[in-house]
Amino acid sequence: MEALLKRIWGDISSLPESRKIALMYWTVAIVLFGAQLIFGLIAAIQYVNPDFLFDVLPFNIARMLHINAMVVWLIMGFIGGIYWLLPDETGTDVVGASLGKIAFYLLTGAVSVVVLVYILVQTGKGEFFTIWFINEGREYIEAPRWADIGIVAVMGIIYFNVLATVLKSKRITGLLGVLLVDLIALAGLYMAGMFFTPNITLDQFWWWWVVHLWVEATWEVLVGVLMGWALMHVLGTPRRIVEGWLYLEVLLVFGTGILGLGHHYYWIGTPEYWLGIGGFFSSLEPIPLVAMIVHAVYDAGMHKLHTVNRPALFFIFLQAFGNFFGAGVWGFMHTLPQINLYSHGTQMAASHGHLAFFGAYVATNLVLIYIALQQIRSPEGPILDSRTWKIAYVGMIASMVGMVGALLVAGFAQTFFERAVGGSTWQDYILTQMHPWVKIPMFWRLGFGVLFFLFYLVLVYDILTIGRKAKEPSVEVKPA
Amino acid sequence: MKDFSWLEVTVASLLFILVIGSLWTRGRNWLDPVFWKRFAIVGSLVMFTFLWILTFDTLSKTRIGTDRVPSPDVINYKITYEYDPQKGYYMPVIHKDKKEPLFGKEVSPQEAMELIIKGKLVIQSRACMNCHTLLGNGAYYAPDLTKAWLDPKWEKIMIPATESETKEEAMVKFLMNPEKYATWTRRMPNLNLSEEEAKAVVAYLKWMSAINTNGFPDHFGESKLAKF
Repeated sequence: MEALLKRIWGDISSLPESRKIALMYWTVAIVLFGAQLIFGLIAAIQYVNPDFLFDVLPFNIARMLHINAMVVWLIMGFIGGIYWLLPDETGTDVVGASLGKIAFYLLTGAVSVVVLVYILVQTGKGEFFTIWFINEGREYIEAPRWADIGIVAVMGIIYFNVLATVLKSKRITGLLGVLLVDLIALAGLYMAGMFFTPNITLDQFWWWWVVHLWVEATWEVLVGVLMGWALMHVLGTPRRIVEGWLYLEVLLVFGTGILGLGHHYYWIGTPEYWLGIGGFFSSLEPIPLVAMIVHAVYDAGMHKLHTVNRPALFFIFLQAFGNFFGAGVWGFMHTLPQINLYSHGTQMAASHGHLAFFGAYVATNLVLIYIALQQIRSPEGPILDSRTWKIAYVGMIASMVGMVGALLVAGFAQTFFERAVGGSTWQDYILTQMHPWVKIPMFWRLGFGVLFFLFYLVLVYDILTIGRKAKEPSVEVKPA
Repeated sequence: MKDFSWLEVTVASLLFILVIGSLWTRGRNWLDPVFWKRFAIVGSLVMFTFLWILTFDTLSKTRIGTDRVPSPDVINYKITYEYDPQKGYYMPVIHKDKKEPLFGKEVSPQEAMELIIKGKLVIQSRACMNCHTLLGNGAYYAPDLTKAWLDPKWEKIMIPATESETKEEAMVKFLMNPEKYATWTRRMPNLNLSEEEAKAVVAYLKWMSAINTNGFPDHFGESKLAKF
């Protein structure tokens, strides 16, 4: 494994074990990112040509693989980020390095088995066996129950590693304090999704506890920790400022996001008061995201964009703006119940989902990965930079904007024709899907999806090559 | 129990944060990170406490057999979706005076519950949610199933197409051979449902159509777009 990591990442011999584990996670994460894109492309092709792989990999399976690969690679990326910053924040190497590696192999092995079962077995009979061993059939958390238990066990090991390392170092920074609390919430919430009930209202109630309280609360706070650490290293922002902002963000994210959960409880059979509570608090959810933009832009301006790591700095900008537009603005567009009554379950949600996950989470992982690349390949300078990351950066953003715009047009058309003018029936659905305002954007989405995949390949090339050239005389290096 | 008022909950939660947070940070400069740390702790705990209170209330109101989520034996009755002028939105109406037993056979509450459990297992096992939406949640490759039982297409198109006598018979035939009765180029794949499984899904869809979803989807079935 060490030889493989060396080939991919460069000279890792002097790295602490914790950071080697981080690289293991990131290696798998980047591969799964590619898998996410390939299955997404298959699903996108099926929208324009329904016969494509119809008998081999029907849409429900391709889509399940698309979203599951996304969830897993993002989490693996976050875990990598945690293992990367741990020695830096605690001043000591991780306590249970071997345990950490075992957990990595367990998780990677489990993910591989789950993916193979999804592809080869796909679905099962309507029995508990299917839920335990094939798939659970609940969007985003389709992983069969045995894998759920494995995921919680692995999260337990990671938590133990973080906690034990913090205890051993006998120092706790504000970042670590928030991280420790957030990880408990993150792992605990996953368990809210591990049960079967015939009551679909109850099912979706707890299912949103997992999905929303992950994506719109605990993940956002985790990203706050990772980005705070990143700002200290990329721009040299003082810890006191970073931690002050982080607490403010925790207040705002949890203050708005916890009851903002109510925007998923409008139409699933839950009481009417959720319309008001969900509408009010979820409308405020963009506020912490504005705060993050202010933080990043202000810090970058203070330092006149001087940095040791150009790609990381620009992915920080992407994170701040992408999170604000994708999660904040695109979420706000359809969060009030008065519009959501018509837009719920249309491509508007897909448009929002694509931009939000890209801006908030994909960008975060890439920031951390580029920081690691600079610390491995160019610790003493020169500044980490290349031409290819710029191509990948601009290309990925442009093609994502293209996909999101296409889905938004389709979503508006669906909201209007299928839901408002039509009566939301089977036939209304088909007629709207055949409407040019829905049909044509699906071609755009596919085209931009192909482009996105090509720029992903450029990104991978850049990750493999950036900073590898012989050391050049350092210009404008400003130590962080 | 009467429903909470959303405004009271909202104002109360914000007030709690403001009052407790202010007391705990008395005398501290607002630029001090500890000021925000304490507010972050208070804000998170207050909101989480409110969420738990609302969760207990919601759980008590959404158990099977309540007004919002009816008992499975409603599948023995006629169900419609009608505008409620007082509420200002559409509500499912269970006509207890009009028997309409599924597959012509009235079922006991126990049998109905078994059908619902089986139906839900089938729906999960076939990953239906990764093409369809249920209660609006899922994927957008196929129609929403929230009120699928009430969809006029079954009577207008699918009963004749499947040469069936009843809606439920047409639904079972379609679910078992979706590619044979496809009405569009984007077809549903054959997910190898047995007859028992298909019947359970039909029962589930009928029961689900009786859940009070606060008016979602609006004016279901009353379309200015689709004319049969």
